[in-house]
Amino acid sequence: MSRAEHIDVAKTADLARLRLTPEEAAAYGGQLDRILGYISQLERADTEGVEATAHPLGLTDALREDVAREGRGVEAALMNAPKRSGDQFLVPKVVE
Amino acid sequence: MSDALNECTVVELRRRLRAGEISARDIVLSVEAAIAARDEVIGGYLHRDVERALEAADAADLTLPLGGIPVAVKDVINVAGQPLTCASKMLGGYVSTWDATAVARLRAAGAIPFGKVNCDEFAMGSTTENSALRVTRNPWDLERVPGGSSGGSAAVVAAGEAIVSLGTDTGGSIRQPASFCGITGMKPTYGRVSRSGLVAYASSLDGIGPMARTAEDAALVLQAMAGHDVLDSTSLREGVPDYVAAVGQGVKGMRIGLPKEYFVDGIEPGVRAAVMEAVRGLERAGAIVKEITLPHTEYAVATYYIIATAEASANLARFDGIRYGHRCEDPANLREVYDRSRAEGFGAEVKRRIILGTYVLSSGYYDAYYGKAQKVRTLIRRDFEEAFREVDLIAGPVCPVPAFRIGEHVADPLEMYLADIFTIAANLAGICGISVPCGFTESGGRALPVGLQLMGRPLGETDLLRAAGEWQRVSDWHLRRPVLG
Repeated sequence: MSRAEHIDVAKTADLARLRLTPEEAAAYGGQLDRILGYISQLERADTEGVEATAHPLGLTDALREDVAREGRGVEAALMNAPKRSGDQFLVPKVVE
Repeated sequence: MSDALNECTVVELRRRLRAGEISARDIVLSVEAAIAARDEVIGGYLHRDVERALEAADAADLTLPLGGIPVAVKDVINVAGQPLTCASKMLGGYVSTWDATAVARLRAAGAIPFGKVNCDEFAMGSTTENSALRVTRNPWDLERVPGGSSGGSAAVVAAGEAIVSLGTDTGGSIRQPASFCGITGMKPTYGRVSRSGLVAYASSLDGIGPMARTAEDAALVLQAMAGHDVLDSTSLREGVPDYVAAVGQGVKGMRIGLPKEYFVDGIEPGVRAAVMEAVRGLERAGAIVKEITLPHTEYAVATYYIIATAEASANLARFDGIRYGHRCEDPANLREVYDRSRAEGFGAEVKRRIILGTYVLSSGYYDAYYGKAQKVRTLIRRDFEEAFREVDLIAGPVCPVPAFRIGEHVADPLEMYLADIFTIAANLAGICGISVPCGFTESGGRALPVGLQLMGRPLGETDLLRAAGEWQRVSDWHLRRPVLG
């Protein structure tokens, strides 16, 4: 178990690909520290030997026949694109 | 029963449609007139398409279970050809290219998806104040919130601006607004209704459910939506029982548990009194009431805000400014597209939850937070398994207090999260729950609705509907309507 006293908001926001203003970062820092303080009460719960729950009803494999299905098509995929070029999404240069 | 069609139940409208007294067009026009008169004040709708709804009404097959009935849809659910905003600036201009399975099934049952209604941004919140698009007000007191996150779905049904609506419930987002607005709202068992086409917030907790004037109306809508879907691998394969029939089956011999953890100090006396009166009513109708315990209740909120935010941080990674959604102007490089588009598109609460969720999943903290929460989730789930060995239903309040004042909790997110204490555990355990009107409590000189929460075992929707139906047979709280201009 390891738990920080303070959340490093700048680092975490960077991991989450969110550019915060200094004001936002300061406000979130205080709020999230309080929330993490509250959350730390879980340390009191005895979970020795308890399995983790990922699916609430214990459903595991969901298999189906390997049959091709009709897709929704290129136009449906592209119609909400912020920028497109023909049949492709347009993005800034990726390779420097 | 009011003669105005917009105030009627689905059951009543079906009867009158089939008797040829009214047309489906009359219903759409009646709902539209109510929206035109009231929605500037209530603020429930984000979009509606009257012309297409009228076309669908004229073509409606009235022999179908929901033939000709308009439905308002929470704006986190895709309806083909209609905008989808998730009440966020992130999705301005987005138009759905396909129907969510729940919507497609409602259409197949004859219903008309009429419009999209407001909610907290990406369904994150308990008041609908996190909508980036508009303020929704509680029809019972315009200075108060309708609850959330399905606040628009609840407000439009309560205000007579919809016959029935769809909400989604990740931690109480159907039951709590239903309680605040005096209507009936059901969160089905996890996986009972397909999530395909619902914009994901927390995938192991999310579910779509009906919000309606009566338990019978909720049953009709659930009947049309429930069942396995190949497009959602977490949807359950079990057969769908007759929900509508369950509404009339009574509660004789049903065992109802009152968890002592749900009747603690801090519950407003008027809320407690109304809930207990409903429990006594069910007891008089033949139910057996006993005290039970759900010992890990105190951990539910902390567990939820780790698991839900962790899943949210992963789910909302898809909003990257590339394939859909907001993209910033003049990015210097690809990384800036991500960082700035997300910063500009998401609102404060969504950012807060993404950061928290990213943190609890990050290297070095994963076991302490996310891993621990998943284990505590097992303890909470076991509490219910134990309880349902002794009882068929669990009863309690939906929320410790009635509707909050607008702005009351904006400055303090933690205090807001704590109000979810009685609804969150059902999502963690994957069980079903319903809120039904059970009275009013006086607050600030206004009478505000109170909801009775009933929770049932996995796939126990018929038990919920039996009790909710019986309660609405012996009480008339669900018939009360707010006075609106």
